[in-house]
Amino acid sequence: MTEAIRTEGLVKTFGRTRALSGLDLAVPTGEVHGFLGPNGAGKTTTIRVLLGLIRPDGGTARLLDGDPWADATRLHRRLAYVPGDVTLWPNLTGGEVIDLLGRLRGGLDRRRRDELLERFELDPRKKGRAYSKGNRQKVALVAALASDVELLILDEPTSGLDPLMEEVFQQVIREEKRRGDRTVLLSSHILAEVEALCDRLTIIRDGRAVESGSLADLRHLTRTSIEADLAGRPAGLADLPGVHNLRTDDGRVRFDVDTDSLDAALRQLTAVGVRGLVSQPPTLEELFLRHYQRGGDQPSRTATAEVAR
Amino acid sequence: MTALAGTGQLSRLILRRDRVLTPLWVVFIAVVPLSYVASINELFPTAAQRADYAHLMQHNASFVTLYGLLTGSSLGELVSWRAGFIPGMIGLFSILTVVRHTRTDEEAGRRELLGATVVGRHAGLAAALLTTFAANALLGALLALGMTSQDLPVAGSWAFGLEFTLSGWVFAAVGAVAAQLTTGARSARGIAILVLGVAYVLRVVGDLSATGNGALSWLSWLSPIGWVHRIHPYGGDRWALALLPVGLAALLVLAAVTLAARRDIGAGLLPPRLGPASAAPGLRSPVALAWRLHRGLLAGWVAGFAALGVVMGGVAEGIGDLVRDTPELADVFRRIGGAQGLIDSYLAGTLGLFGLISAGYAIQATLRLREEEAVGHAEAVLGTATGRLRWAASHLVFALLGPAATLAASGLAMGLTHGLNSGDPGRELPRVLAGAMVQLPGVWVLAAVAVVFFGLLPRVAAASWGALAICMLISIVGPALRLDQWILDVSPFTHLPHLPGGEATATPLVTLTLLAALLAAAGLLGLRRRDIPGV
Repeated sequence: MTEAIRTEGLVKTFGRTRALSGLDLAVPTGEVHGFLGPNGAGKTTTIRVLLGLIRPDGGTARLLDGDPWADATRLHRRLAYVPGDVTLWPNLTGGEVIDLLGRLRGGLDRRRRDELLERFELDPRKKGRAYSKGNRQKVALVAALASDVELLILDEPTSGLDPLMEEVFQQVIREEKRRGDRTVLLSSHILAEVEALCDRLTIIRDGRAVESGSLADLRHLTRTSIEADLAGRPAGLADLPGVHNLRTDDGRVRFDVDTDSLDAALRQLTAVGVRGLVSQPPTLEELFLRHYQRGGDQPSRTATAEVAR
Repeated sequence: MTALAGTGQLSRLILRRDRVLTPLWVVFIAVVPLSYVASINELFPTAAQRADYAHLMQHNASFVTLYGLLTGSSLGELVSWRAGFIPGMIGLFSILTVVRHTRTDEEAGRRELLGATVVGRHAGLAAALLTTFAANALLGALLALGMTSQDLPVAGSWAFGLEFTLSGWVFAAVGAVAAQLTTGARSARGIAILVLGVAYVLRVVGDLSATGNGALSWLSWLSPIGWVHRIHPYGGDRWALALLPVGLAALLVLAAVTLAARRDIGAGLLPPRLGPASAAPGLRSPVALAWRLHRGLLAGWVAGFAALGVVMGGVAEGIGDLVRDTPELADVFRRIGGAQGLIDSYLAGTLGLFGLISAGYAIQATLRLREEEAVGHAEAVLGTATGRLRWAASHLVFALLGPAATLAASGLAMGLTHGLNSGDPGRELPRVLAGAMVQLPGVWVLAAVAVVFFGLLPRVAAASWGALAICMLISIVGPALRLDQWILDVSPFTHLPHLPGGEATATPLVTLTLLAALLAAAGLLGLRRRDIPGV
């Protein structure tokens, strides 16, 4: 399997700020890859390195088997990029910008363009200054999605879109996925979106990848919450490795358990006799929060607020 | 007054953002009339000579067009008359400043960011007006103090300062109204500058009529520029006339506030128009995009330069009359080459000024790169299969060829007007055109300085304007202040041949062009190696 993107030990500093400190990221061809992290984690910096807009201070980056800095122009023919903060020329209409960007990339599919305009309910005749943030985002999305390219790099593409349009966006990306030959790097801090669209994901924090794998892999790392009404007092539950936050209240126990220890924990419960059982499946959100609350320092609070949005 | 809450903070923000540009402008404009004192004193040291000169100028249509009516021949009156074109320039600067801090901010969404904080709904407008009014008041006071220091009458000097201040106030208020009308800063600027243009034309037609039968002289009374001229510093000091511009400015501010209260933030009173749903087939390259972004500005500059050329070319022959009609001054003029020599030195001096102004265009066109980068447009273009050099070149084409177009337009217009006046267009047109075109290498050096800043020190790219200000000071006040030659040599314009009339040498042209190419190459090399900063 070939790789569309690979970075190893990527480092980038701006003055005294260390935006990336050894970031590893690998995206196989044909995959929709979620790139998850709160604001300021280094998502946009990584993308700007991949686009050859900034040069890393350390580490390597490969993009479509080329060097993103040295081969920028050649590589950009094969990719389309949607920035997180889209600004349009005030005196060009949305339609003009879509066509121009498409042509500068080397052509765009006329029919696809018109179809996307309709699905995103975008009026292409308005001047750039007249669009709202969401509509500016749509202009960049239509320009990127209507281009016949191998790689889509989308930096928080749905910020500013309303829920209806977010749904349209998800449909379109699912269609892209079915084609099978397009790679998508989707940076986001919206977990539901990543869960709905991505095959695999990388979670970054403070400029470093802290977790990477398929959704199933990552869920495996999380804990299930168990709440049970028991016939008697459970014995030995507290001694089991992988059981956390155990609280006992008469015949009622509540605890979180690592996926590996789930089986052993349930055995303990059934040995006593289970009258009622509620189990909460592991969510990505929980995993995310766990990563960002570890340490309990400033960035983690931002992360919590971000997820709560 | 909750509607004005936060005006103080916003004013400080404006002062912070304009901390380089506005002081430079204020000092520069206050200094220019001082150089007139020196040059008039030198050319016409006695009262009799000044009276002769004034007598001639009073009836010269071209000078009346440019400077206004001359009513007396004292040193102060001659200086304030000679500075008669400056109120229009102050008006322009005030319009641009007010629109930049109101509608431009609103269009960019910065106003919204501030509007959500504890800032009253009129605070933005109030802060823009307050700072512009204050800058103009300071400019007037500096001018008055400067003129007093030259031993000119104190009352007249303050009246002179008032003339400048009030022209700024009126047009700042015009800009404030225009900024409420449209959603785009560009159209707001256009509307306000149109008003300024109409005021100028009314003043010109009225004044010209006054030198003849006077049938239309009342038109000058419809123009704020006519009003401030008629304060007549040093020649009556008609203070009461100040009430007209002050009253108009007050009315306009009131109108702007009323309009602002009736509309939403971001909206205008004139509805935005729809454009084409898809791009024209030609819009497919970086340079085609750059053409879309530069063409309006370039067309404006070319038209403005052609108009300037007509006016300045029309005056030239009148300067020759000065020599022919005043035998008493013949001696003075013979030293500088007689009528022809005087006309040529005027033409060459004017063309040198055109060169400096064109360098302003060249820097503006170059810094468009920085602007595109700072707002994030560059990222969109560089994210496509467009290399950095190709992107930079698409804008630099305008920095290189735009000044060629403005200078050619002014040279052609000036040569043709002067040629038709003197009866020999076949001789004058190529001479004047050549004098205009030799300015190009000097213009290119300044554009290249802007490329160096953009490529190597993008954060301080606006310092390129400082380079232009230095060249302007050297060219305009350097000779009058008798600065050392090595200081004069700093400006590329010092090295250009003085055409028509002077010696035509190719060496400085080639050297300066090479220097410009080297500087530009260094800047572009820097651009290739540096990061493109995020928004």
